[in-house]
Amino acid sequence: MIEVQHVTKQYGPITAIQDISFSVKEGEIVAFLGPNGAGKTTTMRLLTGYMPPTEGTLRIAGYDCFESPIQVKQRIGYLPESPPLYLELTVHEYLTFVGRLKGLSSELLTQRKCRVLEQTGLVDVQHRVIGHLSRGYRQRVGIAQAILHDPPVLILDEPTVGLDPNQIIEIRDLIKSLAGTHTIILSTHILSEATALCQRVIIIHQGRIAAIDTPEQLSARLRHSQKLSLTVKQSLPDMEPQLRAIPGVQEVCAAPSSNTFIVEASLDSDIQEDLTQFVVKHGLGLLELKSQSLSLEDVFIRLTHNTPSNKTDKS
Amino acid sequence: MTPVHTLVAKELRCFFVSPIVYVVGAVFLGIFGLLSYWAVVEASNQALRMMQMTDTFAQININDLVFRKVFYNLNLVLMLVLPLLTMRLFAEERKLRTFELLLTSPIGINEIVTAKFLSVVIIYCILLTLTALVPMVLSAYVSFDWHPVFTGYLALLLQGAFMLAIGLVASALTENQIIAAFLSFGVILLLWLLGAFGSTLGDTPIGHVFSYISFIEHYDRLVRGLVHVKDLIYYLSGMALMWFAAHQVVDAHRWN
Repeated sequence: MIEVQHVTKQYGPITAIQDISFSVKEGEIVAFLGPNGAGKTTTMRLLTGYMPPTEGTLRIAGYDCFESPIQVKQRIGYLPESPPLYLELTVHEYLTFVGRLKGLSSELLTQRKCRVLEQTGLVDVQHRVIGHLSRGYRQRVGIAQAILHDPPVLILDEPTVGLDPNQIIEIRDLIKSLAGTHTIILSTHILSEATALCQRVIIIHQGRIAAIDTPEQLSARLRHSQKLSLTVKQSLPDMEPQLRAIPGVQEVCAAPSSNTFIVEASLDSDIQEDLTQFVVKHGLGLLELKSQSLSLEDVFIRLTHNTPSNKTDKS
Repeated sequence: MTPVHTLVAKELRCFFVSPIVYVVGAVFLGIFGLLSYWAVVEASNQALRMMQMTDTFAQININDLVFRKVFYNLNLVLMLVLPLLTMRLFAEERKLRTFELLLTSPIGINEIVTAKFLSVVIIYCILLTLTALVPMVLSAYVSFDWHPVFTGYLALLLQGAFMLAIGLVASALTENQIIAAFLSFGVILLLWLLGAFGSTLGDTPIGHVFSYISFIEHYDRLVRGLVHVKDLIYYLSGMALMWFAAHQVVDAHRWN
């Protein structure tokens, strides 16, 4: 359904994305994961035909995003990073405008409007001016706008940002209910969201694809090591090298202004025990030792550690 | 409804819920009324003087003394007021990121630009129609030739639409409304000054070119009741050029 081949996008001298290739099958839900500025939004904008790529081709349903923009735009629903709302219009007026813009007939538009307002939980606020709505509601209006013409392809740039936990669950359920009949690409910061929703995850870093995997395999990568936080009453001057010397320890980093150390170790080592013994042996006074779950940031650090950075290549 | 209809309807809706169109309309109509009142008072004073001098009933020319004067002065008012109507057209869409919605909808840039232009022209036409009250009231008291009034309105329409087209381009260039307004004001002022400079240079090739590029002589002729094809061509080609420029600016914006 979606095919991206060797796509590069440059903004003047800055390369936003470089040689990205992937494809998405019909009915699949794929998540883009990546830190800010990784190129997620750029990739999505290229897919929507909002702007052309510097190199490479993007195809949606067989249509080239640049050569047949109208055909592509008829088939996609797009929620940009910040929802594109006219603050002076009411929700109802806004959706009517968007529906007409997408070329829906009056009958179909009325029907779709009712359905979408229900799906996004906007029935109660449909006659309120968008400018007076809270951020969560505005985000939902943005989602409503994207699914209004029931497009086969949905491109959602951070669909759950700004929503409260209940709303997040509602929107995730909504996205899940669209799965199968719709091909969906969404971007997110939240790993659990990707795991809950998507068949595949594409991790983008510095404009390149760092990994394409199923969420299961991605979390398997995480389990290569464990992370512990150690707090002691008093520390040794050469605490860090000493800790590193413990077998199994891969990385130590000291938190500033306190006696807390973050210790990363391989999974097979009995690191908790070794660390306790170390502290007791030196009489440092163990205050706390707890294991930290690896955050998404750690995945990025891990995944991007091995890929050569294109910035350093150039300079 | 075609996409252009939809877009125009939305633009008008947004215009009429924002205060700007009311402020601009009030200022424009207020000044038009004042200018007309002032011209009528002067004309009647002149008529009285003539009656005292010749001791007969003086036949004064309302077209010359009232309408021409009002139309001339109005040009200046348009220059100050119209950039305020056009400034938000693209700048606001860019700022609110709604431009992304338009550019990812199955419509062309030409339709977007046309709709934006049409919507401000419609607003302007509404304002012009409201000013027609003055000649209509006046016609109840004194007889005058309607022909130069019509050509005067044609001049106002073309002149205003041209200024709006300039404002359209200025708004497409920036996401700051104040810069957009100031930019269009600057360009219009430049075109005005070019005309003055052209007449200073007089009968030289450069003088002719400057005079042609400026709207002054084209506007003058229409207000005097002369409808020349070359003046119509000037305005229409000017608008077409600005439409094209706005299209290019919007398109170029997508590339970088």
